[in-house]
Amino acid sequence: MDEELLLEALRWMMRSRLYDTRAIALQRQGQFGVYSPGIGQEASIIGSAMAVDPARDWMVPQYRELMATVHHGLPLEVITAQFLGKIAPARIPDGVRVLPTQVAIAAQLPQATGLAWGLRLRGEDSVVIAYIGDGGSSEGDFHEALNLAGVLKAPIVFFLQNNQWAISTSRRAQSATSSFALRAAGYGFDGIEVDGNDVMAVYSATCDAVGLARGGGGPTLIEAVTYRMSFHNTTDNPSRYRDPKEYDEALSRDPIERVQKYLAGLGLWDAQREAALLEELRGELDRALELALAAPAPRPEDLFTNAYRNLPPRVRRQKADLLHGLKD
Amino acid sequence: MTQRNIVEAINNALYEEMEVDPRVMVLGLDVGRLGGVFRTTTGLVERFGGDRVVDMPLAEASILGASLGLAIAGMVPVAEIQFLGFTAQGFHQLGPQLAKYRQRSRGRYQCQVTVRAPFGGGIRSPEFHSDAVEAQFVQTPGIKIVMPSNPYDAKGLLLEAIRDPDPVLFCEPDRLYRAGRSEVPDGSYTVPFGQASLVREGEHVTLVGWSAAVELCTRAAETLAAEGVSAAVLDLRTLVPLDVETLCAQVVKTGRCVIVHEAPLSAGFGAEISATLMEEVFYDLQAPVARVGAFDVPFPAASLEEYYLPSVERVVAAVRRTLEG
Repeated sequence: MDEELLLEALRWMMRSRLYDTRAIALQRQGQFGVYSPGIGQEASIIGSAMAVDPARDWMVPQYRELMATVHHGLPLEVITAQFLGKIAPARIPDGVRVLPTQVAIAAQLPQATGLAWGLRLRGEDSVVIAYIGDGGSSEGDFHEALNLAGVLKAPIVFFLQNNQWAISTSRRAQSATSSFALRAAGYGFDGIEVDGNDVMAVYSATCDAVGLARGGGGPTLIEAVTYRMSFHNTTDNPSRYRDPKEYDEALSRDPIERVQKYLAGLGLWDAQREAALLEELRGELDRALELALAAPAPRPEDLFTNAYRNLPPRVRRQKADLLHGLKD
Repeated sequence: MTQRNIVEAINNALYEEMEVDPRVMVLGLDVGRLGGVFRTTTGLVERFGGDRVVDMPLAEASILGASLGLAIAGMVPVAEIQFLGFTAQGFHQLGPQLAKYRQRSRGRYQCQVTVRAPFGGGIRSPEFHSDAVEAQFVQTPGIKIVMPSNPYDAKGLLLEAIRDPDPVLFCEPDRLYRAGRSEVPDGSYTVPFGQASLVREGEHVTLVGWSAAVELCTRAAETLAAEGVSAAVLDLRTLVPLDVETLCAQVVKTGRCVIVHEAPLSAGFGAEISATLMEEVFYDLQAPVARVGAFDVPFPAASLEEYYLPSVERVVAAVRRTLEG
């Protein structure tokens, strides 16, 4: 990764941090729904996203990789509209190769494997990157998906962010394995453990895995070892279960500060540049929020809009009853 | 005129659709060289190759989840779950995921996926193989539920299912797979969803069923005819969408109704039919709607299944009670 690319990575990491901070504030004000920030994991989120090609590759998120999906082409105002509870304005635009966030943990993995398989059957030169966490690796779907991907040699990269916590369940309570990456051996492909707070290392490992998949070499499991520097989501309270010493130690490994220090050493970063970038990013977020707020509000009939291509007669009648009742 | 049983009708539908639509593929356990445990996919891998007829690892959630991903990639998967009872091991990928994906993605992604699954008792297979759990999926809106009862419908409904832009759960009556041959034309035809079929006219009572229960209702109607009772038999064919109009019009004609299904009685789909009739045609009823289902206990050992499942005797007894009312 050259300096120019690293500066680009830093911009995206700071965009991610700033958006999370803003989203938490908006949730506290009652404007946003429940929100799961990626604070502390920006090197994993951005380094992995930069290794795939939005024009031909597909991204299958869990939900803590928001800025990865934005990097992959999902407009910020669209994802913002989703948190504001909007329907049509929150639809992933045609041509953006991103699947919806997945709240049912690990359910996205068999789907991502099928997607990768289907793209190959369709003759496309595409790779799928699918996200999962340390907690998600305990799900049956994780096993079924990785097993199937290995059998098919599917063009897919499983990107596991080990942020040490699944809400309040620690990584040690999650699994007795010394490394989640080791699990890949059981599926017949390589597992790579990488420092998930080092954006250059994450980018490099993911580029290798994407190249292997594109060349027909099959899947890779990447374990990015990182730390959830914030909470699980806005309803969580880590002070009930997290050792403050562990947390303080994690703060000293902030992935954004690490890049800033490195670039400052090269004379490419200073307080002035940081202030200028933050101002630019704030303006960008303001515009996204304005657009999302101004986008059409959900209508009661949107309950029915996307349930089926063609509503069954009985459901059509239910819709008519709802709208009739609202008129009275 | 070509005569086919249900296995042959399904095989013929898959074969013909794969010939005309290169996106259609079949995946499941043992669907390749073996041709499926009931042989419904016989000959497909030899004709269409291993990329389109795929023996999957033994994992229901990945068969169903991968089908969703295949559909997003532009394929048209026809997944086979070896027995409907085993959807339990992939339930989350079927009801919660496949059924809701169009809505969850705000309409961006549709899942043109058909999930075929044999089900029902009467073939003496061990426990979970026989479970009739179709009503579970009525509670996960977004998926259509199709229950053919005869060879002609099996082909026409399966072609309709494969071409439907939304996911379809296609439940096959394993007891009737080879019960007899009837007219199933070569070439493409479809049976539309949401159109119940009156398979037998009758004046005194309407028997309502779907899948293998239709055959049971027909036998019961024959027994009743010998006693001078004229029973109509209505085959719902699809539970979602439900043909409320034909159901109600038919029950109004006879004023009496007995619903028959293989699932346990409580909260089976018969309860939904009964409630619908209460709401729509209560004042045209001459007797309370009756239901005959399996008992509210787990599916028993094969040695007891004849007592567990609805029988001609139980259906006839329910009709007699209805006529006395």
